[in-house]
Amino acid sequence: MLTMILKRLLLAIPSLIGVVIVTFLLTRALPGDPAAYFAGPAADKAAIEQIRVKLGFDKPLIVQFFDYVGDLARGDLGNSLTTGQPVAAEIRARLPASAELTLLGLIVSVLIAVPLGIMAATRPGSWIDHFCRVLTTAGVSLPVFFTGLILVYVFYYQLGWSPAPLGRIDVFATTPPSVTGFYLIDSIIARDFGMFRASFNQLILPAMTLAIFSLAPIARMTRASMLAVLSSDFVRTARASGLKPSTVIVTYAFRNAMLPVVTTLGMVFSFLLGANVLVEKVFAWPGIGSFAVEALISSDFAPVQGFVLTMAVMYVALNLLIDVFYGIIDPRVRMEG
Amino acid sequence: MTETMPLLDVRDLTVEFATRRGVVKAIEHVDISVGKGETLAIVGESGSGKSVTSFAVMRILDRAGRIAQGAIQFTSIDVATASEDEMRDLRGREISMIFQNPRAALNPIRKVGRQIEDVLLEHVQAEPGNVKEKAIEILRKVRIARPEERYHAYPFELSGGMCQRIVIALALACRPQLLIADEPTTGLDVTTQKTVMELIVELTREQGMSTILITHDLGLAATYCSRVVVMEKGRVVETAKSDTIFKAPSHAYTRKLMRATPRPGVTLRDLLPEGEATPVLAPQPVDTTTPFLVVENLVKEYPRQGVTKTMAQFFKREPATDSQAFRAVDGISFSLARGSSLGLVGESGCGKSTTSMMINRLTDTTSGSIMFDGEDIAEIPAKQFAKLPLRRRIQMVFQDPTDSLNPRFTAARAIADPILRLGDLDGKDAVRARCEELARLVGLPLEFLDRFPHQLSGGQKARVGIARAIALNPELVILDEPTAALDVSVQAVVLNLLQDLKAALGMSYLFVSHDLEVVRLLCDHVIVMRNGRIVEEGATSRVLNAPEAEYTRELLSAIPHPPV
Repeated sequence: MLTMILKRLLLAIPSLIGVVIVTFLLTRALPGDPAAYFAGPAADKAAIEQIRVKLGFDKPLIVQFFDYVGDLARGDLGNSLTTGQPVAAEIRARLPASAELTLLGLIVSVLIAVPLGIMAATRPGSWIDHFCRVLTTAGVSLPVFFTGLILVYVFYYQLGWSPAPLGRIDVFATTPPSVTGFYLIDSIIARDFGMFRASFNQLILPAMTLAIFSLAPIARMTRASMLAVLSSDFVRTARASGLKPSTVIVTYAFRNAMLPVVTTLGMVFSFLLGANVLVEKVFAWPGIGSFAVEALISSDFAPVQGFVLTMAVMYVALNLLIDVFYGIIDPRVRMEG
Repeated sequence: MTETMPLLDVRDLTVEFATRRGVVKAIEHVDISVGKGETLAIVGESGSGKSVTSFAVMRILDRAGRIAQGAIQFTSIDVATASEDEMRDLRGREISMIFQNPRAALNPIRKVGRQIEDVLLEHVQAEPGNVKEKAIEILRKVRIARPEERYHAYPFELSGGMCQRIVIALALACRPQLLIADEPTTGLDVTTQKTVMELIVELTREQGMSTILITHDLGLAATYCSRVVVMEKGRVVETAKSDTIFKAPSHAYTRKLMRATPRPGVTLRDLLPEGEATPVLAPQPVDTTTPFLVVENLVKEYPRQGVTKTMAQFFKREPATDSQAFRAVDGISFSLARGSSLGLVGESGCGKSTTSMMINRLTDTTSGSIMFDGEDIAEIPAKQFAKLPLRRRIQMVFQDPTDSLNPRFTAARAIADPILRLGDLDGKDAVRARCEELARLVGLPLEFLDRFPHQLSGGQKARVGIARAIALNPELVILDEPTAALDVSVQAVVLNLLQDLKAALGMSYLFVSHDLEVVRLLCDHVIVMRNGRIVEEGATSRVLNAPEAEYTRELLSAIPHPPV
């Protein structure tokens, strides 16, 4: 198992190198001149040129690239042109916010979607199957900013159950001492349960918004994969051996049906992590998605590069995690390692 | 009551399936009874309803199926009306089942020992404290060597025969009164089939169990069962003792089945129903003196696959050494004369299919030469061969008639495929005319030419596959188990067709098969292979009637024959 993980890590190196090259070239190919933007509308040609030299844009592309790689090796992702802050620090601060939100959203989604998918598969054509279809279709067709706004309207404005959608924690509260960067976990470590409640209350609405959106792929995949497994020979053997329906469905069918669901989960997670910009906007969430979009709009190439690279590393790590998980579920995968 | 009550009594059973085209009756008015300790065979071809009958007895029909009529009495329980909880108690403990395709019948990601434990615990045959010992004891009973170790094995780590033993262990774990074995040995090699069947017979006899053996193989039914029920199209056509039914079959369908079963002492024409045999064609005069295909020292090695190899290649480490490579074909030589047919037989994994793929130039050789009409085709990479004119002269008929046809091509389009790729016919009409000519040649009614594979029967699909192979007038046709997926009566017709085509068109056949009886009927020469090497070769009549190699004798003696 350990050798398999090491091998997968080694195999990830070429793709990471590729990502570094592609992001570098892509950000250079972006329309707009960062030097002109940075100099401001009042600057003259000479001032812009001065900034260009200061930023190193006058050097040939290949030299720029090696400068970039050299900085990368030192863990330096460059500075944001708009804020002047180091990109690495910015990402370190914002990534946990996005990750916490996405993870909780995904957990909620799995807790609803998987049982729903199983129930729909065991009773195809029943009301629960139709309910599952309607719910998932609705969830995926409503844009996230819309569901987000509806949730805010109902639970904050009408019912007053949840706090104002203004970021990760009440503006007047202090943040928990940072250990993992996840407020929920940090507040438990600090044994500050009031803080836990406060951050959970802030988190639950955006997490629900994401959950509603990501229900569809997980529930549909669970249903389809359960249906396929339930009609397989070994499930028939299990039934013919008189095993309890719960044993047949959980131990025999579900564990086998989980394989494609796990793959889907990985894809949904990595997709949501970067793509939940709209949710972050609606809930004023200081996440990585909104950070990247703002940087992109202002031709601020360093944060964009940093963001894409972070996403790529996350994606590789996630795929590794899925492979490991696959190995735990399926002994046949373990053998190949 | 004077008569002792049978263990299982099925009366007037009708099972219906709700389909898109309305209700279909899978079986109608079926009567079957099994006494205590009796072994009963249900024999029939595909679609005869033999499996549906057994599923109904266990009440594990699909959602769409239902018992429409009739009674199933098992001891004192009425299966048709019993509650689901009662049925669950019954399944596995009183009636259990062995399935076809043992590897698929086992949960692929659960240790086999745990799967046996599940059944034992479900039926309270063991306590959590001693269940492991009991499971291992059962594994030992089905003669699994090193049961403590195999307890931890997953199905993919075991051979097909071994998996079937695990399935038998599952079925017999709770000492049921009735065992239903649904094609338990289909897909297994003959020698494995023999050991598996003997194991079933021994264990059931030991425990005084009754057995229902569902099979398409008359020989198997006759060898292992005392009574035989013959089913056709959802109805029972004949029930009789197994020693009389084959000697004096009273129903026409039983007679037809009997005739169609390949066995020693008959010719291909004898397999066809009475009065349907056409006169044997005289073979085309061809030059049989010069060898036409000469294979010398053919070797195929497969390197170990997997991540390790990819990594080794990636970092340019030393390539896999010879000891690591697996030799699928280990230096075989033979020759084939024009107009003759050569059978390549052996059990799974013996290298017969790899050999045929190399000669057909679908797989590259590791070393050795294949002289085809004076040219060494082993030197031509398989990737390029498809573009050469030589491709027209060597064609192939594949094993699975369904999987080897493009589901989106009509029969005519499938047959025309090689003509359009390699042929020199111009114009739609010329191609169509050739397709019709080929269809007539293989006995496919012309109206079937515009149908898609799913609208054709197994035999018709086999004919399409044959028509496609002969479309370019090849000189050598490689047939890879072309009848393995067909019912015996269809097999009889297809084998005769192949024989006639060979005579009419002067082709040579390389016939790959695991079925020695089929080879006996179709081939002039035979090669017996094992572990990539030739064990024995010679004229078919000599090898199969007076085998010299111990292994050939073993293979021949493992074939169950109906008493003639």
